[in-house]
Amino acid sequence: MGAFDFLLQGLATAAEPMMLLYALIGVTLGTAVGVLPGIGPALTVALLLPVTYRLDAAGSLIMFAGIYYGGMYGGSTTSILLNTPGESASIITALEGNKMARKGRGGPALATAAIGSFIAGLIATLLLAFLAPSIVKVALVFGPREYFALMVLAFVTVSAAFGDSALRGLTSLFLGLALACVGIDQLTGQARLSFGVPELLDGIEVTTMAVAMFAVGEALFIAGQRNVQADEVTAVKGSIWMSRADWARSWKPWLRGTFLGFPIGAMPAGGAEIGTFLSYATEKKLTKHPEEFGEGAIEGVAGPEAANNASAAGTLVPLLTLGLPTSATAAIMLAGFQQFGLQPGPLLFATNPTLVWGLIASLLIANAMLLVLNLPMIGLWVKLLTVPKPWLYAGILLFATLGTIGANPSSFELGMLLAFGVLGYVMRLFGYPIAPIVVGLILGPMAEQQLRRALSISQGDWTTLVQSPIAAVLLGIAALALIVPLILRARGKGQVLSQLAGDED
Amino acid sequence: MTSPEPQNQRRRDTAALVVAAGLAVIAGVMLWDSARLADLGGYSGVGPASVPRVVAFGLLGLSLWTVIAALKGDFPERPAQNVPPVLWIIAGLAAQLLLLHVTGFSIATGVLFAFTARAFGKTNLAMTLPIGIVFAFAVWAVFSQLLMLHLPAGPLEHLLFPGA
Repeated sequence: MGAFDFLLQGLATAAEPMMLLYALIGVTLGTAVGVLPGIGPALTVALLLPVTYRLDAAGSLIMFAGIYYGGMYGGSTTSILLNTPGESASIITALEGNKMARKGRGGPALATAAIGSFIAGLIATLLLAFLAPSIVKVALVFGPREYFALMVLAFVTVSAAFGDSALRGLTSLFLGLALACVGIDQLTGQARLSFGVPELLDGIEVTTMAVAMFAVGEALFIAGQRNVQADEVTAVKGSIWMSRADWARSWKPWLRGTFLGFPIGAMPAGGAEIGTFLSYATEKKLTKHPEEFGEGAIEGVAGPEAANNASAAGTLVPLLTLGLPTSATAAIMLAGFQQFGLQPGPLLFATNPTLVWGLIASLLIANAMLLVLNLPMIGLWVKLLTVPKPWLYAGILLFATLGTIGANPSSFELGMLLAFGVLGYVMRLFGYPIAPIVVGLILGPMAEQQLRRALSISQGDWTTLVQSPIAAVLLGIAALALIVPLILRARGKGQVLSQLAGDED
Repeated sequence: MTSPEPQNQRRRDTAALVVAAGLAVIAGVMLWDSARLADLGGYSGVGPASVPRVVAFGLLGLSLWTVIAALKGDFPERPAQNVPPVLWIIAGLAAQLLLLHVTGFSIATGVLFAFTARAFGKTNLAMTLPIGIVFAFAVWAVFSQLLMLHLPAGPLEHLLFPGA
């Protein structure tokens, strides 16, 4: 059977009423958290993990994917109307989108963002569906050393290749790897770094850590800021529909954004932000109205918004086919799969095709739901922006602790939440990126296991790691991704890289 | 994130030196812990202690690098912090942690809610505390009764849901 038949079967699964309900809950929640500044899809999925323990696996995963897609849509609304990005992939949208809104063209800006997101999501999801089977075929020949090389590459790109400092990225990554060592060793059963504390034997809970980093750390950081300027919501005036000229200027950026965003999301380079920056630069170069850039050019909204949605779909390619998360949200979704005893990767396509294809097909449905949620009902979401900060953050912390208590109602777990929250605050203060520590904690044990397996097979011969061409090439790329940015920064060309900083989502 | 502003005057960054010391301490603890593990390397020669050791040496290297960066003043300038709100939130989380098994979810979380709102400018605890407790109780009812999550019950929960 080809990808097309699988996709049709998946659509049949995803169209079941219960699955539609899960998808609807997911996209609604996703849009809401995308709109609200301070919480992103990674945090929301982490919060929902304990709640979904007893729910259906396929349904929960469909809901998580809906949250991811929805977050990408919702973020644009905040960027355009508030000039504060709702999630980090929408930073660029704020540049042109907010200018448009101030000129009374908020409606067309929201429309081009929503329609662009829809088209990008549609194309990128179809690309995901048709690419996945071939990647799975390649991945089936991957042994432990290839997986280890792949994870090393992901470590480097998430921590050191982008962002403003390789030092801080790597420090964050190594803290994550150190935390990953806590608990019982998977192969010999010895307790590591648990200091006789029984609660530590199971290791550090990924969700506790993610919630602490994203919710508690962020709340502390925002609370500590001294110069608080009042955020002003720009009202949407006039028609929300795009004129003929708007359409003519939008459709090419949508397509270009999609084809820039998708491969970047799919590469283990982490983050949807990079695609949006590239798309913005491209549109600025190609536009026929260069004078409008910086003053509210519709191309500058259409392209990056398409790119960020396309890269969300792109991120799912390595996650589903290789089990490799390349962004914080994907990392938390991986924890979601593991919670249900599922390991994403080539085998999952063989052992549980209904679930995988149902999930992929549900993305198409979620995408259509999001278009409806975000265009006619935009007024509703704008109201969310007016929730006062005290209530917003009090609510965020209430649900953050609810998730932790629900997973494990112990004071020890709450103590960890508090400790990691303070760590997250200090890291934000010193400019350490958050994504590497989360990725390190999740991928660390997997990388260690693959490395030890590879070395067991070779009876301790380390050269085995570079003897397979695939592994050697992957490790080579990882080395380049570590060294080239260091040289660029040393030569003072680091600004571009720091703009490409992969942050939270 | 903090914006990386070019620092013209290069001066010693004491806080960053503390960070470097912290990294070194973590590395030291990891090396000490890995030393007492029986290294059952088996065929691979890589046992349970190997990866923690590699990570520890990595952290030591990063600690050194941090020292150099701190001495050169390479760290981005930190935004001035308003300490009291931060402490209010930490106090709220600590209070919830201590009260959770004594007073149950709603009251403990209500305290967290009120303290957080206090941190963001709603200073009237007499108003925010009841709001927080009622809201937390509603959340408790939905999640523990409908979604079957285990949330500790206290006097308030027992009073209104005798079965809980």
